[in-house]
Amino acid sequence: MNALNPTANALLDDRPSGSDGADQMGHLVTGELDLSHGVALYLDDITVSFDGFRALNKLNLTIDAGELRCIIGPNGAGKTTMMDVITGKTRPDSGSAFFGQAMDLTRLTEPEIAHAGIGRKFQKPTIFEQHSVFENLELAMKTDKRVWKSLLAWLSGDERDRIAETLRLIRLDQEADRQAGLLSHGQKQWLEIGMLLMQEPKLLLLDEPVAGMTDDETMRTAELFVSLAGKHSLVVVEHDMAFIEKLGGKVTVLHEGSVLAEGDLATVQNDQRVIEVYLGR
Amino acid sequence: MYKPLTLRVLSALDIKGWLALGVFLALALVVVPVLNLAVPEESTFHISAYAITLIGKIMCYALVAVAMDLIWGYGGILSLGHGLFFALGGYAFGMYLMRQIGTDGSYHAALPDFMIFLDWKELPWFWLGSDSFLWVILLVVAVPALVAFVFGYFAFRSRIKGVYFSIITQALTYAAMLLFFRNETGFGGNNGFTDFKRVLDHSITSPETRLVLFGLTALTLAATLVFSRWLVTSKYGRVLTAIRDAESRVMFIGYNPLWYKLFIWVVSAMLCGIAGALYVPQVGIINPSEMSPANSIEIAIWVAVGGRATLIGPIIGAFVVNLAKSWFTVSFPEYWLFFLGLLFIVVTLMLPQGLVGLWKKLMLKKGAAA
Amino acid sequence: MSRLIIPLLLCLWANLAQAAPDAALVRQLAAEDSSDKVSAIRQLALAADPDAARILKAMADDKLYLAGDKAVIVDDDKAFDAVNGAPIATPANAESVTVNNRIRGELANALAALSLFDADRAVRLASAQKLQNNVGAEMAPLLARALEKEADAEIKALLTLAHAQASLGNADPALRLAAVNALAETSSPTVRSTLLPLTDKASEPDEKVRLAATAAIKSIDGRLALTENLGRVFSGLSLGSILLLAALGLAITYGVMGVINMAHGELLMVGAYSAYGMQSLFRAYLPDYLDWYLPAAIPVAFFAAALVGVVMERTVIRWLYGRTLETLLATWGLSLVLIQTARVLFGAQNVEVANPVWMSGGIELLPNLMLPWNRIIIVGFALFVLLLVWVLMNKTRLGMFVRAVTQNRPMAGCVGVPTSRIDTMAFALGAGIAGLGGVALSQISNVGPDMGQGYIVDSFMVVVVGGVGQLAGAVWAALGLGIFSKLLEGWAGAVIAKITILVCIIVFIQKRPQGIFALKGRFVE
Repeated sequence: MNALNPTANALLDDRPSGSDGADQMGHLVTGELDLSHGVALYLDDITVSFDGFRALNKLNLTIDAGELRCIIGPNGAGKTTMMDVITGKTRPDSGSAFFGQAMDLTRLTEPEIAHAGIGRKFQKPTIFEQHSVFENLELAMKTDKRVWKSLLAWLSGDERDRIAETLRLIRLDQEADRQAGLLSHGQKQWLEIGMLLMQEPKLLLLDEPVAGMTDDETMRTAELFVSLAGKHSLVVVEHDMAFIEKLGGKVTVLHEGSVLAEGDLATVQNDQRVIEVYLGR
Repeated sequence: MYKPLTLRVLSALDIKGWLALGVFLALALVVVPVLNLAVPEESTFHISAYAITLIGKIMCYALVAVAMDLIWGYGGILSLGHGLFFALGGYAFGMYLMRQIGTDGSYHAALPDFMIFLDWKELPWFWLGSDSFLWVILLVVAVPALVAFVFGYFAFRSRIKGVYFSIITQALTYAAMLLFFRNETGFGGNNGFTDFKRVLDHSITSPETRLVLFGLTALTLAATLVFSRWLVTSKYGRVLTAIRDAESRVMFIGYNPLWYKLFIWVVSAMLCGIAGALYVPQVGIINPSEMSPANSIEIAIWVAVGGRATLIGPIIGAFVVNLAKSWFTVSFPEYWLFFLGLLFIVVTLMLPQGLVGLWKKLMLKKGAAA
Repeated sequence: MSRLIIPLLLCLWANLAQAAPDAALVRQLAAEDSSDKVSAIRQLALAADPDAARILKAMADDKLYLAGDKAVIVDDDKAFDAVNGAPIATPANAESVTVNNRIRGELANALAALSLFDADRAVRLASAQKLQNNVGAEMAPLLARALEKEADAEIKALLTLAHAQASLGNADPALRLAAVNALAETSSPTVRSTLLPLTDKASEPDEKVRLAATAAIKSIDGRLALTENLGRVFSGLSLGSILLLAALGLAITYGVMGVINMAHGELLMVGAYSAYGMQSLFRAYLPDYLDWYLPAAIPVAFFAAALVGVVMERTVIRWLYGRTLETLLATWGLSLVLIQTARVLFGAQNVEVANPVWMSGGIELLPNLMLPWNRIIIVGFALFVLLLVWVLMNKTRLGMFVRAVTQNRPMAGCVGVPTSRIDTMAFALGAGIAGLGGVALSQISNVGPDMGQGYIVDSFMVVVVGGVGQLAGAVWAALGLGIFSKLLEGWAGAVIAKITILVCIIVFIQKRPQGIFALKGRFVE
């Protein structure tokens, strides 16, 4: 596609890592991620309710390995709650969630899930505002994240290079030593994406990644995501239809906590039920 | 590129910092002893025993303030129960000093006076070995660490944060105070431990012992400062402040905040224990009032006055507040609480960055004007 | 009264005349030796007839005289023959019969026993009750006789118990056994202690009786434990009401502003000192209505504490919104200032706040279970305040606004709720309720500058356990904590109880971090 492609792929190559299989707390997460059936994420009959209100209602969703999936839906459709369930922030009332073939997400904690290879970008950019841009990426970098290792950690030349590469990719190499809180909104979005890339996740969950970006930035983000697909699974929640069109993946429409429609963008856009939900009855 | 650990510790302070530390140690280890022992009492340069005890005591408080800064300033966790860890260290070392009295107490018995008084026949199990200096030094560090670990593990695991955590730590030290007030728990009840005579078989009231304790406190404070500085500039320190600012983000990039918080919490408790152990022989008494909630919350104000997350600020704050306290309690005892209360209010309202922050602001203004 | 009645009764009894008491026995009442007197009194009492009652009553009233060798009763210049009650001429040289304390006690007992035969049911009942805890072996025959005559079931039950106690010393093991079995049904510590010797081989030869006595003590202990626990539950209830009063205000301020007001305990103190101030005013200006200072103190305490609250909110807390830990410290500073102010104004010592007369005393629910009025009234007062708060929060516009701000401050602001004014008013309300709690507290504990310090942790626990902003949660948590801690105190002592509760709460927060009544949702962090 363009020059971005090889760089991004090089960055996200699965490097051998000493900490595979064991998380920071020392107990085992069920082995290496098993993608043998070509499925990265299964959500099966997930229900979550808050005080009687069903945020998710028997949600079924399957993301293939290497797939780029867009999720759309009106406010309150359950998009963010779905991400909360996948990342362990919210426990479902019923249903099951599996990462690969064998990793039960409903039993793991947030750091365990992150360590297993699911990265998440929040709706509102959450970065470490008091730290420099460089430090933000350093903290996110895939490495052994136990306390003792952090105490004695010292960046190797290789690691510095990786951070520098990502800095260039997210166009913040000029801002490396700047306090992250001082960045513009769009830059913060990019920094968070950069942090996600440093984690080298197998599944990326991106909640409204281009909100507050200029058109140019949006298009570059789309290119980046498309280049990541194939090797990594991506789930993108977005309202920006131009962006979704550019991504070109399968689109899932959520409504009232369950899947309303699924297919390519054109099919979904012409679906009568989808039109009703979006335009009102 | 790789840097050995010793070098990294060395680079925790810059040249100016090391120089300042050197000056401080030279003052504490050389100048003060000379001015105390060699300069005659009539001289204006003479430093009295009272002043040495006072400064020594405040240095212990400064140590606690640094410990508090680690957990509050860098970790964002406000503990209102640090007096407990201080007192635990103090009690452990106090028992050693009680055992050092030997049979010179009022009852001339092998057991400490308060146990004879309560008709105890033998030492309770937890005080076995308290006549050994080394064992007691271990207790001084290990007991606060253990209490902090158990409490912290459960509190952090259930993600108790902010105000909840603060109040629960306050309740913890309050409960411990009630426990230590009881005669039958083996901690000397109301009076605690006092009337010490010897430490390591040296008279505890001799000028030499006093100066050694003073110097030891100064050394500990300096070492703690370097250690803390290294800690907060390490990657661990960056993760810790990241947890303070955006805990959920830290979790989603794969760090488990539980262990990060627990580590600094236990370290902070151990530092308090050491401070307590240095405090007791200099002040000559340890009793349950050290665990009163009011004492613990005062530690927070030392840190706030000096400036959070600065490490040097808390030391300044501990000195400013405690010198003011000794002046007030002598000159205007009835106004001390008014002053302290207003200090809490004024610092939180007008000086959120403390004295260090104020200094930095003034420097910036000066720089801008120049 | 007695002056009128006694002659009347005397006539009545004279007509009913049964066998008049033995004259020699009556003469013995006036014997020199106290022991002789006692034995005469006991024998007379055993006769259980109206004449005996008349004579003993006269003796107890110091109206028995010895004229020569004859006992006479002299009442208001009129004289009667002691033996048969017939009027006689007033003797010239009558000597008063000495009644010392020992004799007086003996007389009182005898008269009590004799009034078991009174015609009036109320008199008999009172007498039977009096005998429950004070009965000697010598009364056994008398009680047996009374039992025979008694028709009323309630009195009969009481008499059976008294008789059983009196028969414990009987020589016949079968009678002792029956007595023990009868006493097994009671729940009095006195009975328990009289039964205790019967379990001992040294004082009780019969094994059956010993076994029965052991069993009886066991069943009495069971009932005693029950009343004791009931008593603890009640004191837990009253502690819970105090906690509720303290926590209600805190729940409002914490719910609205996410701010723990560390000076909340000092607002209780302001309320308590208001009660003290009203008491002093009433004492000085309205001494006749002193008992009414307490109702007058209620509004005063509310407004005094609310005023302090408003000043605190306007000058300090308002500037610290969103900085909860700093607020914690600043409000602690406020509490120090308030404590010192109280010391300067009222002195460092505790001041005395007296219960009004109508609050002293209590209801005896069971033997050994007394519910003091002041605590009952406090429970009622807490309910009243709770109702008030409920109405305020759920039925008024202010309450609606407060709830709106608690749930979502920015949204409430957007739809036109004047959040800043609501903050001040909510703070005033919370502070005022704390003032009310202080009035209640002044009735059952010491009033001093430091009194508020102990309550902040407790009331915070209530808020934590109950769930923030949850009225129902606060109620259950306050009562639960109150009762639980009193029960624990009974079994393990106050300190262990406090520590246990602390541990329980930490464990509880593990399981339900949002309290009993959790607010759930994606906005909850």
